[in-house]
Amino acid sequence: MEDTVNAAAERIRAAGAGPARPARDPVNLPMIRNWLEAIGDRNPRYEQDGLAPPAMTQVWTMRGLHPAADPTDPLSAMSAVLDQAGFTSVVATNCEQTYHRYLRDGERVEVRSRLVDVSGPKRTALGEGWFVTTDSTWYVGAEAVASMTFRVLRFRPPGSVAATPASERTAAASDVLRPVVTRDTSFFWAGTAAGELRIQRCGRCGRLRHPPGPVCRQCGADRQDHLVARGTGEVFSFVVHRHPPVPGRRLPIVVALVELTEGVRMVGEVLGADPAQVRIGAAVRVDFVRVDAELTLPAWRLLP
Amino acid sequence: MIVAVGVVLPELRIPVTPTFVITTAVATRDFQDVHHDRDQAVRRGSKDIFLNILTTTGLVQRYVTDWAGATAMVHRVAVRLGAPCYAYDTLVLTGQVTQVSSTGCVVAVVGRVAGGDHVTGQVEVGRLP
Repeated sequence: MEDTVNAAAERIRAAGAGPARPARDPVNLPMIRNWLEAIGDRNPRYEQDGLAPPAMTQVWTMRGLHPAADPTDPLSAMSAVLDQAGFTSVVATNCEQTYHRYLRDGERVEVRSRLVDVSGPKRTALGEGWFVTTDSTWYVGAEAVASMTFRVLRFRPPGSVAATPASERTAAASDVLRPVVTRDTSFFWAGTAAGELRIQRCGRCGRLRHPPGPVCRQCGADRQDHLVARGTGEVFSFVVHRHPPVPGRRLPIVVALVELTEGVRMVGEVLGADPAQVRIGAAVRVDFVRVDAELTLPAWRLLP
Repeated sequence: MIVAVGVVLPELRIPVTPTFVITTAVATRDFQDVHHDRDQAVRRGSKDIFLNILTTTGLVQRYVTDWAGATAMVHRVAVRLGAPCYAYDTLVLTGQVTQVSSTGCVVAVVGRVAGGDHVTGQVEVGRLP
């Protein structure tokens, strides 16, 4: 895919500027007035002197409500290639316009554009995408009156089907990352399977510890037992996981470090939570997610 | 009007109503649905309709000429776009003179919305011949 995009970019770039595209209408006062009114620009100069506001330059050559496909336009051509490749959304990122003089009422402009650069694929806050840069020059006859460098990001909206390979879309028990169950931790997983949240306790001094381990940090004893936690606690800290994708999961998910009422801390997903609702200190109660006969994961739910 | 490096332009607050988003989009001949059709904008992943780039460029230009006066001539407007400016946002434009020459000056402009910087840019302005 990347090669296809790069090859197309090179071909379109090498072709240089497309043919001049004339504005649909000459520079005219009714459109200037609409623009001044909508933008809230009270500068009297434009109407008095029959001048167009410079920021209207591009307006004159906009294509209208039902633009015809224009394969000779470099940006349209490049956009079509990226659209095909699944980069269907577009957002403008940079626009730099230089005005050599102001346009006058009645003048007819035309524009010529060329592709300057296509770079990607890049990971952006909006999703994976390509930056496409074009240069355009507006002419009245042979006179260049304004120029523009314009950059857009064409991106694949996150969550779109094409963005997620089929292998990552199915939630199956086989996809879940499974904990390694050892002699030290088996009591914990036996507990979750039985609907109990068990906390390891030192068999000598009684200190609670989590995650489970072979030896007490306080007294050094290697005897241990456990107690069953009440299953309540508070969010001590949390992250909102948006990327990378998690097999079988729809992102974002919230993963919290919960401080149990008994005092130890434990990591788990906050189920069904709107990330905006989760707060440090929020009260939570344990829940159990049964993955299959061997594995049940502890998780958390916000208490109202 | 005093022109010197560091001079701060008066702040401009624009209540961005749906009417504002739609009329400016149409006045700039931009008929993309995300600028006038809320349902479509939401379907495409936005929270509401939002300003189009030609309008943002126009507002940045207007902000500087409001200050520079009717005889100002804008030579260049360069903008970088950030957070979308949605309907019901308040767009707050601020600016400061960053360069002065015998022929004009450069003003750095920032347009902020609730979601962050909508636009940052520079406007180079002189006098109409």
